[in-house]
Amino acid sequence: MTNLTHLSMSEALDGLKKKEFTAVELTEAYVKAVEAARPLNAFITETPEIALDQAKASDARYAAGTNGPMDGMPLGIKDLFCTKGVLTTAASHILDGFKPAYESTITANLFRDGAVMLGKLNLDEFAMGSANITSYYGPVLNPWTGKDPAAADRKLVPGGSSGGSAASVSGRFAIAATGTDTGGSIRQPASFTGIVGLKPTYGRCSRWGTIAFASSLDQAGPMTRTVRDAAIMLQSMAGFDPKDSTSVDMPVPDFQAALTGDIRGLRVGIPKEYRVEGMPAEIERVWQQGIEWLKAAGAVPVEISLPHTKYALATYYVVAPAECSSNLARYDGVRFGLRVEGKDLKEMYENTRGEGFGKEVRRRIMIGTYVLSAGYYDAYYLKAQKVRARIAEDFAKAYEQCDVILTPTAPSTAFAIGEKQDDPISMYLNDVFTVPASLAGLPGISVPAGLAADGLPLGLQILGRPFDEVTLLRVAGVMEQAAGAQPLPPFCR
Amino acid sequence: MSQDKATLDAKTVAKIAHLARIKVPEEEQAHLADELNKLLGWVEQLGEVDTDGVEPMTSVAAQTLRRRPDQVTDGGYPDAVVLNATDAAEHFFSVPKVVE
Repeated sequence: MTNLTHLSMSEALDGLKKKEFTAVELTEAYVKAVEAARPLNAFITETPEIALDQAKASDARYAAGTNGPMDGMPLGIKDLFCTKGVLTTAASHILDGFKPAYESTITANLFRDGAVMLGKLNLDEFAMGSANITSYYGPVLNPWTGKDPAAADRKLVPGGSSGGSAASVSGRFAIAATGTDTGGSIRQPASFTGIVGLKPTYGRCSRWGTIAFASSLDQAGPMTRTVRDAAIMLQSMAGFDPKDSTSVDMPVPDFQAALTGDIRGLRVGIPKEYRVEGMPAEIERVWQQGIEWLKAAGAVPVEISLPHTKYALATYYVVAPAECSSNLARYDGVRFGLRVEGKDLKEMYENTRGEGFGKEVRRRIMIGTYVLSAGYYDAYYLKAQKVRARIAEDFAKAYEQCDVILTPTAPSTAFAIGEKQDDPISMYLNDVFTVPASLAGLPGISVPAGLAADGLPLGLQILGRPFDEVTLLRVAGVMEQAAGAQPLPPFCR
Repeated sequence: MSQDKATLDAKTVAKIAHLARIKVPEEEQAHLADELNKLLGWVEQLGEVDTDGVEPMTSVAAQTLRRRPDQVTDGGYPDAVVLNATDAAEHFFSVPKVVE
């Protein structure tokens, strides 16, 4: 029998429909894989009992012919999505013991369509980080290791913040996973682990029940092994939700129907500002390769300019902390999570938040508090919001000349735990290619584009027009085809 | 954007920490001030961008907020509301004494 955990979601769905195996067999295989993958620390909470119950119910639906579009698919759920009755931590000490009394819209949508939950996945604390090293529950390891034998025991990061999601999908111990992306948290880890990661247009997926980091940027999306799987999963996740005031009330197109493979005449923008100083030649090579692939399929590369690109990171690191300082004000030790006593209410707040938040989260709350404080609001926060408008305008102008934009996803391959930790800014630079589109609310997808010379995966990013995930997926499908079959990470060999 | 910029010292850090209701031990304040200054120094580059006449962008959603009839659509489950409280008495959240 084939190795069930190596099937893509579309293959597994076919197998279930053809009764080649049952949902319980598939889930059992994944539960075993999750156990075997514990050294990677990708899960904060495993939920095998829930998974097997859901799988049994799924088999019953297959038998009755009432199976949904994702029926029986064993997923990992980033631990930023509230799951009813199941510990939800945001990888933070401050949410100790928090078991939501409600289900996030995203997970509710996935369960409605038959998905199975293997557990809750590790992440950077409150999704703040690019290496999954800020989690209270410890770092996640990448299933990939470099090809240099001397460096074989170097422990590599899976990227972040959706590091557990990326590791579980890449390491074949979840068939797919939910991610969230505020400045690159789906796309960058997808690139680091050789999987597909899609950040939809802001407003496409409901934020209700997803623990907030920066509300004007946060967006949930699928992390999968193939582009088709991303289309299947986005179909289930997306849709209007009256409970989220920024959820957009528009029809959800048929995403799988987008995968025609025909991109003839499509104009692909190549932004000259993304050739950043000090970018490894490998990244440039893979990017060029991507351009050639799309050209060979009939697309037309067009050089475009996004002149405010270099200001995107600084803009992000004002806007996101400002929103985070406001959102995280709710963690007060009163209504849920950790409480550290003090002599009065104020001291209880300060003790709880001082102990409950990790270093990076504290730093961002403090930056946010400062840029929003009287006397500095205009100089920092308002200014950043204006530059954000300039960045969005850059994209709007670019899309007069092109239909999609092709860039590298990240400026490097996965690095080792402990690297890039000298100062926060060197870590922030990981998101240099993903943050601009986040600020503009645009959809983006990272597609595996092969291995770099160091033997580690590299992704290419395709950006689309607002709510044009259809074109995004079509181009991604062509790219995936051109890149060919991707090798398994060493962890799975 | 040169107006109203200050270099943070340990005292300002203590003030921000207080505003954010985060306890920062005194011995960490100087180091944190250094880190925050580096970050704030880095974002100073935004001053180079001409933003005259640009409307600040608060959201990418080009929509006005939806309205709905002013009716109660949710609630009536106090048990679930206090479910996760560290210290709940009846259906109340308990906190340390606020008023002497």
